[in-house]
Amino acid sequence: MTLTPGGVPGTERRAPDLSRGVRIVLWLAAGIALAPVVIPFGFLVGRAVGGGSKAVNTIVSGRTVELIANTALLVVVVSMTAAAIGVGAAWLTERSDLPGRKWWRVVAVLPLVMPSYVIALTIISALGPRGLLSELFGFGFPTARGFVGAWWALTVATYPFVYLIVAAALRRIDPTIEEAARGLGLTPRRVFTRVVLPQLRQPIGAGVLLAALYTLSDFGAVSLVGFDSFTRVVYAQYAGRLDRTPAMVLAVMLVVLALGVLWSESRLRRGRAFMPKPSTRRTRLIPLSLLQKSGAAAALSFVGLAALGLPIGTLITWLVRKPFPNGMPWGSLAGSVSASVLAAILAVLLAIPTAVLVVRHRTKASVWVERTAYLTYSVPHITVGLAVVFLASRYLGPLYQSLWLLVAVYASIFFAQALGAVRSALAQVSPSLEEASRSLGRGPARTMISVTLPLMGRGIAAGGLLVFLTTMKELPVTLLARPIGFDTLAVDVWSAAGELLYSSAAVPALLLLAVSALPTYVLATRQR
Amino acid sequence: MHRIAPALLALALLASACGGDSGTTLTVYSGRSEILVGPLFEQFTEETGIEVAVRYAGSTDLAATLREEGSNSPADVFFAQDPASLGAVAESGLFTELSSDLLGMVDPRFSDSEGRWVGTSGRARVVVYDSTLLSPADFPSSVIGFAEPEWAGRVAIAPTNGSFLAFVAAMVVIEGEDVTATWLEGMAANRPGRYEKNSPIVAAVNGGEIETGLVNHYYLLRLQAEEGRTAAANHFLGSGGPGSLVMPAGAGILATTDNTVEAELLIGFLLSIDAQEYFARETFEYPLASGVTPIAGLPPLESLESPIFDLSALATALDIATDLVAAAGLL
Repeated sequence: MTLTPGGVPGTERRAPDLSRGVRIVLWLAAGIALAPVVIPFGFLVGRAVGGGSKAVNTIVSGRTVELIANTALLVVVVSMTAAAIGVGAAWLTERSDLPGRKWWRVVAVLPLVMPSYVIALTIISALGPRGLLSELFGFGFPTARGFVGAWWALTVATYPFVYLIVAAALRRIDPTIEEAARGLGLTPRRVFTRVVLPQLRQPIGAGVLLAALYTLSDFGAVSLVGFDSFTRVVYAQYAGRLDRTPAMVLAVMLVVLALGVLWSESRLRRGRAFMPKPSTRRTRLIPLSLLQKSGAAAALSFVGLAALGLPIGTLITWLVRKPFPNGMPWGSLAGSVSASVLAAILAVLLAIPTAVLVVRHRTKASVWVERTAYLTYSVPHITVGLAVVFLASRYLGPLYQSLWLLVAVYASIFFAQALGAVRSALAQVSPSLEEASRSLGRGPARTMISVTLPLMGRGIAAGGLLVFLTTMKELPVTLLARPIGFDTLAVDVWSAAGELLYSSAAVPALLLLAVSALPTYVLATRQR
Repeated sequence: MHRIAPALLALALLASACGGDSGTTLTVYSGRSEILVGPLFEQFTEETGIEVAVRYAGSTDLAATLREEGSNSPADVFFAQDPASLGAVAESGLFTELSSDLLGMVDPRFSDSEGRWVGTSGRARVVVYDSTLLSPADFPSSVIGFAEPEWAGRVAIAPTNGSFLAFVAAMVVIEGEDVTATWLEGMAANRPGRYEKNSPIVAAVNGGEIETGLVNHYYLLRLQAEEGRTAAANHFLGSGGPGSLVMPAGAGILATTDNTVEAELLIGFLLSIDAQEYFARETFEYPLASGVTPIAGLPPLESLESPIFDLSALATALDIATDLVAAAGLL
């Protein structure tokens, strides 16, 4: 999940020069990985610019101002809430003597499994004047449609990012400074604000950036609750207007907005790259009073209820009330799994040569390859879907509406995840091993297969698993670019929710959670 | 190498799943939902042996897609929920002319005047309402009245839905662009409940989520067939304005098709007694061909005060209508 490349120092020296043929193959792989997103974007921008006066009208309309304001409000409020919950939970589970910390860690991480649209679906069906909760308690709950629902769903979906990064940082920070501060008479609260928080600035920043980008990109939750952020309106204009130009113009504006967030974060980060030295010493836990403990436990329980209890409880209630109204969705399950497996394999196969390029043959151009991969990943996926459909419907003939194209696009948007994992695995393989193999007469390809690849096994597996998991949950690109008759669990949830058929949504949603739960938990806690 | 084995296996499985085609497959773009018309396509395949691959999406969405695809479209038949999106495709020159046999089966006022698409079933615009809270006396005589402030937060619409957009296009034709723009602005100021399509609106009204909705008549009858008595009820507006429109769903054949014969068979099937009976008894619409009568309890087609105009005028009006809906901030 790191957005900036950073390898192990000392291993990035150049390996023996490769033949031209091998270099061409490496570049080809990188090109194939990035092309399915980059090329359509070129056409998208061309179409938007070519829209002429219609494009200008779309940009300068009052609606655009409203969209930017709505989106900015949601991004800021969600990131702040996610930061507060993430940092609070991280401190409680890493630094305090709150009982049941192991359990609370699970509560803090597990919402990563929940796609935002599943959370949104459950809160709108549980709340409202005739929702499940109103039935249960006998009085009318307010509806969660609109801003509140979007805020809720996206906070749940994003605070685990902040939590994971901050908790990892807290484990690394040298506790002696905190102990010294405490020894000098500072109260625990002041130790936190004056000693711990300043050291956490960078990890919190990284977590908040992830939360902000996620919120900006999210399509499913904002659409289901009906909050007019950019992504929802891009899709509505795509589906509800005969002229596709305005949707494309809005999509380009959304991409610019995302790049703006990335750029301003990189500016902010400049000049304060203070990374605490890793510490192996265990910190002494800070004792909480009984009142503080019960307060903390109540707050974390509330988060757990909002993030896991209510969504899962609601799904199970729908399931029990009307079990399997449409039978078992085998076709969609097969669709989700097969497309995700293929995307993961393709992403990893392309990530290995690209990682060789990036790690072993670092040039200006290869740095750009890596940067492009991260940009592709960070751009809102609804815009990718729009761009791909636009290009394919006009120019790609038989590839249009094919599974191959869909899988290639999946692999391309999630390529950064595979590349990140594979590259850090490769960076940890010392080039001297490869040199030894080469000097013993093995060619570069055989060296790669028999020496380097086996050492990278775990990284490759992690990269593949990450791509698999995110593809399983993917919604907007699937909606726009899927082949005729191709369904996934995500699409099933979306269609059923659109019809307000909540019991039909329960089975695919629960399946989605079941397939993702274990791998997500393993990945998220792997560094421990 | 053992790492690659599962990948090869997956590819092999996929290849075998994709291959093995025999005979013709018709590709249909359907703006009508799978729940409603899926069984019809299955029956067609059973009777003729012709496989049908259906892309389900919104009618307006599919019309825009067909225009984007142009001559590259894989579609053979476009089956739409409303005459406006059919008209938009026809006006773009993407339909081929239908045979007079097919056209002759349907009252010409429910088909394209130039024979590029044919109506397959009729549907009336209605106000669906929560009968525990409201009665017909509470409603304005014309749909225009729903833009008044007293209806703030009480009306549901489906702004990306083909039927709604065709209704707005009809309003542009009947009342003019200015009246329509003002009406949409009033509706937007009222912050209406916005849903994806008609069926969730009826479910929301029936579930007490919102008081009224602007929809087609037959979704409620489907719900009643499933659940017996419902809190939701239909009100047919009687002023002869755009709120009392009867509009056909219909179908046309894309000019780029290589399967004209099969495509005509499919449209002929949609107009056959079997399919028309299905529209009457299963989806509760007004049948338009083969002498089939509507289900008992529906007001007769002739009694509905639908405004009369040439449906092909809707094609150009739809472009204006979708722009107006977007400009009002409803999308």
